[in-house]
Amino acid sequence: MNSFTLTQAAAADEAVRDFAGHAGAAYLGGGTNLIDLMKENVARPTHLTSLGHLPLGDISSLPEGGLRLGALATNADTAWHPEVEKRYPLLSQTILAGATPQLRNMATDGGNLLQRTRCYYFSDLATPCNKREPGSGCAALHGQNRVCGVLGTSESCIATHPSDMCVALAALEAVVRVQGPDGERSIKFEDFHRLPGNTPQFDNTLKAGELVTAIDLPAQGYASNFTYLKLRDRSSYAFALVSVAVGLEMEGNTIKKARFALGGVAHKPWRDPAAEQLLEGQPASPDLFRQVAAKVFASAKGYEFNSFKIELGKRAIVRALKQATEMSQPLDSNAFLNSNP
Amino acid sequence: MSQTIATPPTIRLDSDVIGRPVSRTDGAAKVSGAAKYAAEYNVPNLWHGYIVSSPIAKGKITKIDAAAVLAIPGVQQVFSHENVPSLAWFDRSYKDDIAPGGSPFRPLHNADVLFSMQPVALVVAETFELARYAASVLRIEYAVDEDFNTDLEKARAAGKGFDAPKGKPGFLPPPKPKGDADKAFKAAPHQVEAAYTHHTQHHNPMEMFASTVEWLGDGKKLKIYDKTQGAGNTQQYISKIFGLSKEEAWVISKYTGGAFGSGLRPQYQSFLAVLAALELAHSVRVSMTRQQMFSMGHRAHTIQDLKLAADDQGYLQALEHHAFAETSQFENETETVVNWSGILYKCANTKFSYELAKVDVNTPADMRAPGAATGSFAIECAIDELAYKAGVDPLEFRRLNYTYRDPTEDKPFSSKRLLDCYQEGATRFGWDQRTPEPRSMREGNMLVGWGMATGCWDAAMQKTAAKASLTAAGHLTVSSATNDIGTGTYTIMTQVAAQTLGLPMADVTAVLGDTTLPPAPVQGGSWTAASTGSAVQAACQELGKKLLKLAQKMADSPLKGIAFEDVQFVDGHLRANEDIDRSVAIADVLATSGEATVEAESGAEPNPVNMLKYSMHSHNAVFVEVKVDEDLGTVHVTRVVNAVAAGRVLNPKTARSQVLGGTVWGISMALMEETFLDNNLGRYMNHNYAEYHVPVNADIHKIDVILVEEEDDHLNPLGVKGIGEIGMLGVAAAVANAVYHATGKRVRDLPLTIDKLL
Repeated sequence: MNSFTLTQAAAADEAVRDFAGHAGAAYLGGGTNLIDLMKENVARPTHLTSLGHLPLGDISSLPEGGLRLGALATNADTAWHPEVEKRYPLLSQTILAGATPQLRNMATDGGNLLQRTRCYYFSDLATPCNKREPGSGCAALHGQNRVCGVLGTSESCIATHPSDMCVALAALEAVVRVQGPDGERSIKFEDFHRLPGNTPQFDNTLKAGELVTAIDLPAQGYASNFTYLKLRDRSSYAFALVSVAVGLEMEGNTIKKARFALGGVAHKPWRDPAAEQLLEGQPASPDLFRQVAAKVFASAKGYEFNSFKIELGKRAIVRALKQATEMSQPLDSNAFLNSNP
Repeated sequence: MSQTIATPPTIRLDSDVIGRPVSRTDGAAKVSGAAKYAAEYNVPNLWHGYIVSSPIAKGKITKIDAAAVLAIPGVQQVFSHENVPSLAWFDRSYKDDIAPGGSPFRPLHNADVLFSMQPVALVVAETFELARYAASVLRIEYAVDEDFNTDLEKARAAGKGFDAPKGKPGFLPPPKPKGDADKAFKAAPHQVEAAYTHHTQHHNPMEMFASTVEWLGDGKKLKIYDKTQGAGNTQQYISKIFGLSKEEAWVISKYTGGAFGSGLRPQYQSFLAVLAALELAHSVRVSMTRQQMFSMGHRAHTIQDLKLAADDQGYLQALEHHAFAETSQFENETETVVNWSGILYKCANTKFSYELAKVDVNTPADMRAPGAATGSFAIECAIDELAYKAGVDPLEFRRLNYTYRDPTEDKPFSSKRLLDCYQEGATRFGWDQRTPEPRSMREGNMLVGWGMATGCWDAAMQKTAAKASLTAAGHLTVSSATNDIGTGTYTIMTQVAAQTLGLPMADVTAVLGDTTLPPAPVQGGSWTAASTGSAVQAACQELGKKLLKLAQKMADSPLKGIAFEDVQFVDGHLRANEDIDRSVAIADVLATSGEATVEAESGAEPNPVNMLKYSMHSHNAVFVEVKVDEDLGTVHVTRVVNAVAAGRVLNPKTARSQVLGGTVWGISMALMEETFLDNNLGRYMNHNYAEYHVPVNADIHKIDVILVEEEDDHLNPLGVKGIGEIGMLGVAAAVANAVYHATGKRVRDLPLTIDKLL
């Protein structure tokens, strides 16, 4: 870990100015990811602009019926917030499927969007990694890539975005509000994270010095028909091999509107609007779900140890859509175990 | 008129504690933080060493530029092969008590890099943070040698295998062949021929390896607080290498936060911390990082080929078990892998082999139930497969092929209540409700599978010494240089001492983990309860003899003329067996004698005659229920019954905890554990707790432990077999067998992750 200076900003514009005034600065939220990366010398900021005192921790209703999550609201406070539980149970469930209670108590909503990949090579300085060190190569391409992506990958990078929360935010079509040296702007969630291409060092479309201030949820929270299915190697504290967040508007057995996103398969939470469209106006049926799943993975490319994610991803979509249409228990394959036999 | 005679209440004396489920005597210290581990001794003026690990798997260090690092204020020294002083020359000086054959790894010995994450330098600074920073800016250049191989399969394909040589203490070469296995196999109607594999696994104890070396300023005298399973082993290793006397290399290891075999051999941080302390004449601490914990020994990646055949009734006709395991380029780590198959089953035609191949990784190490966890997974899955082929229930199949003698040594077992384990385990589990066909049991949309397996482990004992010391105030202290790696050694030492001298446990203190105490071997192999327990008992008996003599010197002693064999120690009293009114309070004996303390030292060691006559083993039977979501490939172990026969149980509470822990680890081995090796880089990649998976609470459900006690006079004075390893055995196979029963899918490659079950 390198030496660094630290400023505790009191307001967003002050934070933005402080960041701009220090070369090599990083914003510090809950620190659950950044501090780890600093200890491993993966992140080497020389200055930290601490956001802990910014008044951005509130969760409040928006005039058009949506909900605003302050960027510094913790993951735990968000998941257990009565409005989130009632109107956006998909988000609540998705947050609780990630990390551990201790981490969720510290981690912020803004920080959740900005966490870095858990591709093994990214955090190991002894190995090449284009995301960590552009131009050094991608060791995962022909290495231990079991956890890597199968959709939207490039020869430069096959890493995945690790967040669970973001998978729900993608399905919910959230909007990310940011503030930077040039003022404020909004970014549609699907445009917030990006694919690696030749510049995998950039996880998202934030411009230099921009600070996430809030995440806006639209009014539609799919509270009647939703599911988050997370498949992983153990029941807690493991990143998704494949996850699916689904929100549906149903009328009888007919799907009026469908939104779903996948985690664990790509450099960003993966949405496929054309596949969503296949569902809309159609009666729910296993055949339809299989057709949709096939469409999502039509362009998938597997690597030595992760090709299984293609078949697993298809099955996960089918199961998640089934669960969401039927709203049947279990909501995920682990849920039945939570009641002690 | 009738008269009711009240039954007198059963009186249990405070001292009657062997076999009682007493709580750990060190429990409060552990949960309150009072128990200190090696890295927690904050001795005055402590400097910190940070280890620099090699990024490459093979090659040479060509340049170490330490100047910039040494210029940082507060950095004291950078140690590397370039400035390590002349140390012991011969390999034998680097051999610890558990070292296998070959040349032990010597940290910072020369420019050669032999495995990825090998320690190549130590940066010592005034604070830990500074040492860590300085280590990150130390520039080391390497000449990479691309001609390396870390892939065992590749080594095997290239014909690099060789018969595992002797050299490691306790290693049993494969049993000699019997009959004609080839012919019997071909002739039999039911055959199984299959390969079983598991990959590299690391121990991952919670406590990371650390040594705090206190410079005592008295010549070269060091007080070494070490994380180890054997303070004595660290002492002899360090003293031989650095030319220190035993007084100069004083090793303390009071608590160990898990080790599971990783602490049997001294790890390189002990060497580095001592080196720095001696060179700098200063106290130094060196701790490994979690990542560096993946640079140490590990359970060897092993491929096993099994050939089994049975007749129509289910009697075994042929049994072949061949293992192929990795070792390092410089040592031949060997485990007893295939022998267990021969010990467990009666079969006239058997053949065994055990080969090693050298790959460019660090030397593997003993890891809980070393060899047996490996071998039992393969044989117990193969037996299950054969039972299906022969159309015999897997439990019945094992009963049919049960053996009362150890076929590999043609000796009777000293005791073996495995049939009772089968019976009691099956009853508790409800095995008779099982429908034999795979895929025949369901619950909702889940497939349900029931599987079982057997395990077997050595009932070993090692020469151990102990001391007992009783003060005039009536407090007994028993001590031995043994370790407590979390197994409960403090507690059973206290129990055995209390029982032997008839004192309440509150009046007894156990002391261990200090090389100034009577010598003991490493804690491992499930031998510590038998060894240290027996030594404590012997020391207390010697103390008892002294007390009797003192009692007999008392004026009007009621015990005059009585032999030691005819007295008992009960409730703080010495009294005659035949006449309990002939009694003297121990406190009075000491008060009258005028002695401040009475002490005795004694020991225990294996009985060579019994060892020749008997095969001594613990056994278990494991029954497992899994629920499988077939579409998604997820497996959950929802129920386990583990019935264990391990001689006399000194403490059912700590024994149960051992079996619970072993069972959890077995589930972990079955479903999760694998260190992913990048063969292009020759490096383990998931080297942290987030990515090397072990179960969380939500993965573990009902575990039922049955302790089937065995009366066994042949083992040791306490009749104890040890219970540290046996609980893990059979579990991984039982899980795999249950998954087959649930799904009809036979996965022979651990761990059974989602991708293998799709």
